[in-house]
Amino acid sequence: MKVLKRLAWSVLMFLGVSAYAQNIPNPMQPPRLVNDFAGILNSEEQNTLEHNLRNYYDTTSTQIYVVTVKDLEGYDVSDYAFRLGEKWGVGQKGKNNGVVILIKPKYGNEKGQAFIATGYGMESIIPDATARRIVDNEMIPYFKNGDYYKGINAAAKIIMDLASGVFTADEYYKGDSPIAALIFLIFFFGIIFLSARKRSRISQGSIGKSVPFWLLMGMMGGGGNRGGGFGNFSSGSGGFGGFSGGGGGSFGGGGAGGSW
Amino acid sequence: MHNSKKWIVIAIIAVVLIIIYSSIKGSYNNMVQKEEAVTAQWGNVENVYQRRMDLIPNLVNTVKGYADFEKQTLTQVIEARAKATQVKISPDNLNAESLKQFQSAQGDLSSALSRLMVVVEKYPDLKANQNFLDLQAQLEGTENRIAVERRKFNEMAQDYNTYIRKFPKNIWASMFGFEKKAYFEAEKGAEKAPTVQF
Repeated sequence: MKVLKRLAWSVLMFLGVSAYAQNIPNPMQPPRLVNDFAGILNSEEQNTLEHNLRNYYDTTSTQIYVVTVKDLEGYDVSDYAFRLGEKWGVGQKGKNNGVVILIKPKYGNEKGQAFIATGYGMESIIPDATARRIVDNEMIPYFKNGDYYKGINAAAKIIMDLASGVFTADEYYKGDSPIAALIFLIFFFGIIFLSARKRSRISQGSIGKSVPFWLLMGMMGGGGNRGGGFGNFSSGSGGFGGFSGGGGGSFGGGGAGGSW
Repeated sequence: MHNSKKWIVIAIIAVVLIIIYSSIKGSYNNMVQKEEAVTAQWGNVENVYQRRMDLIPNLVNTVKGYADFEKQTLTQVIEARAKATQVKISPDNLNAESLKQFQSAQGDLSSALSRLMVVVEKYPDLKANQNFLDLQAQLEGTENRIAVERRKFNEMAQDYNTYIRKFPKNIWASMFGFEKKAYFEAEKGAEKAPTVQF
């Protein structure tokens, strides 16, 4: 009897759960990375963002979805993001390299909420604490002013840089200041310039000696990228072909969020 | 005449045997596969619970630094963790009884942690500590992971259970000793993840 009762309960629970999960919307058609259900981005902003994210996806296969919704349908913002990521299959199957940036805008007294959900494969690249800092430092300051595009753009940029190893989560913590990078650059250019002049005066610049110079230049080029932003992409290119939506990635509860 | 009748009977028996054999074979292989999926998912569930355990010493040490922090709350967390560490289930023994034990030990730890998070609200210095904020985000992330892996476990166990209980597979299942897997039960308040205030 007891067993039967328990069984009935679990069955009920599951029926409840699966009926509940129906509330998560289907991806927009044709498939795209920016799914603005809440309508907080204008079409130019959507295109620019889509362009950047698509470029990134084409080169790395990492899928970063931006999803905005008007209503979380009673879910926690985190739960909503995981279920959506799982349902849409964000990221590649096996690699699970998907990220969902979910935003529920602020309406009147209703709090705004944002969450960055990381697929299994992204958890080590964007640890929860980092995700939380991205939400707190990059997104919410803009969102408070109602500038959703800038906040999303800034967060997407950090996530892309983290995922492609431009800097690590630890380096991101230390404050990614363009000024420091600039000083570093000027300093090194100065040294190289001076030493190159000195060297050329002594020995007309033999090939063997100029190798370290180019090596250094190369290294600096890598380091100097950090401060740069995107946004200089041409927008308004209209249709994006050849994107077939989620690749079957899976989410295990990684990520963090915040509210304002 | 008599001879051909005999052959027909033999042919019918052979066909029936083949049908039964292929039914058993297909079901058996599927059951093995589905059971393996449940076992693998149980591993994921244990991993995320372990992850929470690993986080606690760090959390306790950070909080301890605040001299006047209520000792009792911390002690409760440490004790609950020690108890929860002892409750382990091997995947072959995933029945309602053992799962219930596991859940109650982890549930005690959950509620001890949520009490700790409530007490923390009284310490503004601690709440401003970046190290603590990071730990808080990690703890929250771990609770999320636990919820997700538990849900996935339940879904897989349900898939397996439904499969082995359907006719005629239930006959083969009981013949080969495939048993029903237990589910995680719905949260009973104490099981709720600590609500962490931002």
